[in-house]
Amino acid sequence: MELNLPIYLDNNATTPMDPRVLEAMLPYFIEKFGNAASRNHSFGWVAEEAVDYSREQIAKLINADPKEIILTSGATEADNLAIKGVYEMYASKGDHIITCTTEHKAVLDTCKHIEKLGGQVTYLDVKEDGLIDMAELEKAVTDKTILIAIMYGNNETGVIQDVKAISKIARKHGVLFFTDGTQVVGKIPVDVNADGIDLMAFSAHKMYGPKGVGALYVRRKNPRVKVTSQMDGGGHERGMRSGTLNVPSIVGFGKACELCMNEMESESKRLSKMRDRLENSLMELEETYVNGNREHRLPHTANISFKYVEGEGLMMGFNKNIALSSGSACTSASLEPSYVLKALGLGDDLAHSSLRFGLGRFTTDEQIDFTIKAIKETVIKLREMSPLWEMFKEGVDINAIEWAHH
Amino acid sequence: MAYSDKVIDHYSNPKNVGTLDKSKTNVGTGLVGAPECGDVMRLQIEVDEASGLISDAKFKTFGCGSAIASSSLATEWLKGKTVDQALAIDNMDIVEELNLPPVKIHCSVLAEDAIKAAINDYRVKNGLPELVAEKKAH
Repeated sequence: MELNLPIYLDNNATTPMDPRVLEAMLPYFIEKFGNAASRNHSFGWVAEEAVDYSREQIAKLINADPKEIILTSGATEADNLAIKGVYEMYASKGDHIITCTTEHKAVLDTCKHIEKLGGQVTYLDVKEDGLIDMAELEKAVTDKTILIAIMYGNNETGVIQDVKAISKIARKHGVLFFTDGTQVVGKIPVDVNADGIDLMAFSAHKMYGPKGVGALYVRRKNPRVKVTSQMDGGGHERGMRSGTLNVPSIVGFGKACELCMNEMESESKRLSKMRDRLENSLMELEETYVNGNREHRLPHTANISFKYVEGEGLMMGFNKNIALSSGSACTSASLEPSYVLKALGLGDDLAHSSLRFGLGRFTTDEQIDFTIKAIKETVIKLREMSPLWEMFKEGVDINAIEWAHH
Repeated sequence: MAYSDKVIDHYSNPKNVGTLDKSKTNVGTGLVGAPECGDVMRLQIEVDEASGLISDAKFKTFGCGSAIASSSLATEWLKGKTVDQALAIDNMDIVEELNLPPVKIHCSVLAEDAIKAAINDYRVKNGLPELVAEKKAH
């Protein structure tokens, strides 16, 4: 097969749209342009029918009822709606939320906002493998706790939390369980009933659908969950999210869910095989480490630290041909490395030396071969240029040196 | 962020990567930066005692492309200069030559620090007093 350059290995940031999704969307821009809330004419009926069908496709992927799907502009909005909406709706019950330090900013910053409003938030640390400790979670629950907000799968490391164990603790204490499912829905089987999830945010553009559309799953039975709307208006989405429905994108979201549903099993096998091959080949380099639990992990994600080379410098060696993401952000004055990797207990040096690989539906074996070769060559070249590598090779203890901190 | 052609050129074909014998009295070594900050530079100069000129300069850098380019350029500029001329190299000269964007200015400051540290090491080894450098913001 022909090798197409550049290679896209940043599928945890966003995925390209599947052409089949675009095809499903096209009629809803010009020909079937109606407002799904227009009840009095056929244009509205056609749009409403399309949304209803999409909602079924979306619900089916996570084994929910279509009525439990609240359509939003994406996962960030769904995260906000879940946390702020629960905080407001259940104010009479309590004001305490439990989350963890490796959550996406959309959850962490929303929790910070809750704190500003006077709410209490506990940020659980994660273990070295990125998983939370169930005993610590249970210990954090108080009689004021209303919500546990723990992500399903991490965007940087791909580590999958034990959601069944989390929901068991939540149920036991009568606390709601919200999970950010953005990285996992469409990639691995998610069943809101078997998993005991009360609320879940997810997004179309991480599963080969369009950007700008996502959903919040809100449980309707056992228990019946309600969130206070964060956007006032026409009372769409059972009053929880006003705003004219983005019909073409919702149709695309539905189609994307259907494709994931049909192809997930074979696709996750194909991707994990490819990911493992990539990872094992790169691990042949000395002083190379996989970040996060390798067993409880998304099939398409790998986060690897190449000690003694800096991530951004490393990416420069191949970023004309390979698109991926580094745990190091050397672009700001603070030079802060990834907070997720630091939460796993990685030193700043290892966090600065990491790359995140996100494989996807359109990744080929040829692209993986090319990537392995390019990264190996660049790591070797940069280590030859690295004073830290030279010190390591000479047996100098780098931690014993008194570095001048800027 | 797009890198300038000059940064890419130094990154792809770095000049003077290597190590000089730091036990020699006419070799000065400067090691600046910190692994936690994402860049460490080691810059070395060898001074020809007869002429007083810097006859060789080598570097090794752990860092982003701009840090590598800044140190590579610094070694190029050092060769053939007297120690006093080398002291006059300003980080803004590096910024201009490499077209570094504002977020990468610290790379040039680090390169200037490395030059000064190497010169000081050379001075101390040869019984000269250490120079106190003006502090620049990183």
